Amino acid sequence: MFSIEPSPRSANGAGGEAGSDMSEVVLQQAAPLSVAADRTRVLSRLALVDRLFRQVTRAAAVIVLVILGGVIVSLVYGSWPAMKAFGFGFLFSQSWNPVTENFGALPAIYGTVMTSIIAMLIAVPVGLGIAIFLTELCPYVLRRPIGTAIELLAGIPSIIYGIWGLFVLAPFLQSHVQPALIAAFGDIPVFSTLFAGPPYGIGMLTAGFILAIMVLPFIASISRDVFETVPLVLKEAAWGIGATTWEVTRYVVIPYTRVGVIGGVMLGLGRALGETMAVTFVIGNAHKISGSLLAPGTTISATIANEFTEAVGDLYTSALIELGLILFFITFVVLAVARYMLMRIEQKSA
Amino acid sequence: MSLYASRRSANSIATTLCWVAAIFGLAWLFVILGVLLYEGVRGLSPAVFSEMTPPPGSAGGLLNAIAGSLVMTAIGVAVGTPLGMLAGTYMAEYGRHTKLTMVVRFINDILLSAPSIVVGLFVYTILVHPMGHFSAISGAVALALLVVPVVVRTTEDMLLLVPGSMREAATALGAPRAHVVGKVAYRAAKAGLITGVLLAVARVSGETAPLLFTALNNQFWSTDLAAPMASLPVVIFQFALSPYKDWQQLAWTGALLITVAVLALSIAARALSAGRRKSK
Repeated sequence: MFSIEPSPRSANGAGGEAGSDMSEVVLQQAAPLSVAADRTRVLSRLALVDRLFRQVTRAAAVIVLVILGGVIVSLVYGSWPAMKAFGFGFLFSQSWNPVTENFGALPAIYGTVMTSIIAMLIAVPVGLGIAIFLTELCPYVLRRPIGTAIELLAGIPSIIYGIWGLFVLAPFLQSHVQPALIAAFGDIPVFSTLFAGPPYGIGMLTAGFILAIMVLPFIASISRDVFETVPLVLKEAAWGIGATTWEVTRYVVIPYTRVGVIGGVMLGLGRALGETMAVTFVIGNAHKISGSLLAPGTTISATIANEFTEAVGDLYTSALIELGLILFFITFVVLAVARYMLMRIEQKSA
Repeated sequence: MSLYASRRSANSIATTLCWVAAIFGLAWLFVILGVLLYEGVRGLSPAVFSEMTPPPGSAGGLLNAIAGSLVMTAIGVAVGTPLGMLAGTYMAEYGRHTKLTMVVRFINDILLSAPSIVVGLFVYTILVHPMGHFSAISGAVALALLVVPVVVRTTEDMLLLVPGSMREAATALGAPRAHVVGKVAYRAAKAGLITGVLLAVARVSGETAPLLFTALNNQFWSTDLAAPMASLPVVIFQFALSPYKDWQQLAWTGALLITVAVLALSIAARALSAGRRKSK
């Protein structure tokens, strides 16, 4: 198995000779000089391989860091012309005019944040509900199949959600849900603006809804994992003093796992913010901020996906890369916070 | 209402809501799969696997897109896997408690869920822009960058599961560290390592965003790595947004193919790691 082959002469048990050091004596009852030299050569070769392997793996680990650094540097480099041209105003400008080469990120940032908020408003309660269902309520026979199904669904590529949203969900919302929303909220002050205007089918609300369905399995399966870290004794103690299932969940499980749940939700948020394909299909790609959730809008990732290959001129390309940089920054912060919180719950359960 | 009754009713309201949430959530997911199956199967025919993507208005298949996806995924995985495995090996075997490992683990977890479109922009800036044109090889590099974090994560996790006593036994026999890792730890964690690779393949085979402006698309058969290459996700994206019925049908069929492939890979990965757990 190892390449240390016993040499024939040492197997013959040749007598002791001066020159072999103490450890040799202990190991082999003193080998002749030439055998000692062979051994040294083999051992030093092994030591070399060992050092080499160690350094190679270390280099690979460093490369992972370099990739992240490279992403940041290349994005900053690529967006430099746009930064020079627009400065901080880029973040707050609403214009997006490829002809006059005047660009601003605000509509895209607004769309990204808004669709993610809609998604989280739907996905967090439902996802937590599924997690509670799976850990507290579901019959034991069904727990594993349903849990596995949810985990499998978390792996379905986002383009599938996108194509479904475009062909099935958007027409459905347009003909059934949105007219009802417009009619229902038409006379209530704030809501009449939120749900104003013709039902396009595609738009912010539809995009948010698709995102919600997409991040739902993530939030559900992470929260379930986190809920399962609660020591059984704590729950049993609560049950023992007569607490109902809901009270156990509300006063034992959720307080114990709060940090982890927030981490899982943030992880879902990170995915929602950066999601491209599911949104691009149904957002409508309109560079304006509209008060109505039914109106088409755009997000950072949808803008990049739709316009990058057709962008003419360095400034246009650069503005799109700067959008990418902004997106990377936002998601980096969200994901870093999420990981930090999940790390804390892991330490707690360890 | 007595306290007891109100607690009881609060409990039943809350548990009913959880049931509703579970049914609501699962229903959407099954509706999506159902529609996908219905629309996708309608368009399945031998032509899908034997003909090229058609111009609008005529019949055709997805052969070049399927081949392109396979080629770029294969290269991406072939490049990304060794790098990820080596990095994971360092984190689990050599530098378990070093600062470097902690930083890499944190960064890797972030890369794992970072928006893939940003990876596309990165590869565009370092490869496509200097080369002056879109190419399959830059698409493959973008996919490789998405493979790395998945493999790093699973390699580290799986090697950490290998009992320390096995390493100690090998070390006591005089095996140097590299051999302990290569011939003991890797073997013990083999099923887990393969799972990681399968998961990585599943992850990248549906990726669209990073390919949009690296590999672009190609309506014809191409094996030239320096030229743009078609891929299933990008073809789906283009065809679904087109006004032509034939194209939309092909998009559904392509979507079905990807979903089946991804689900098959994840189920295989699960079966592997489950079998491993049982044997212990």
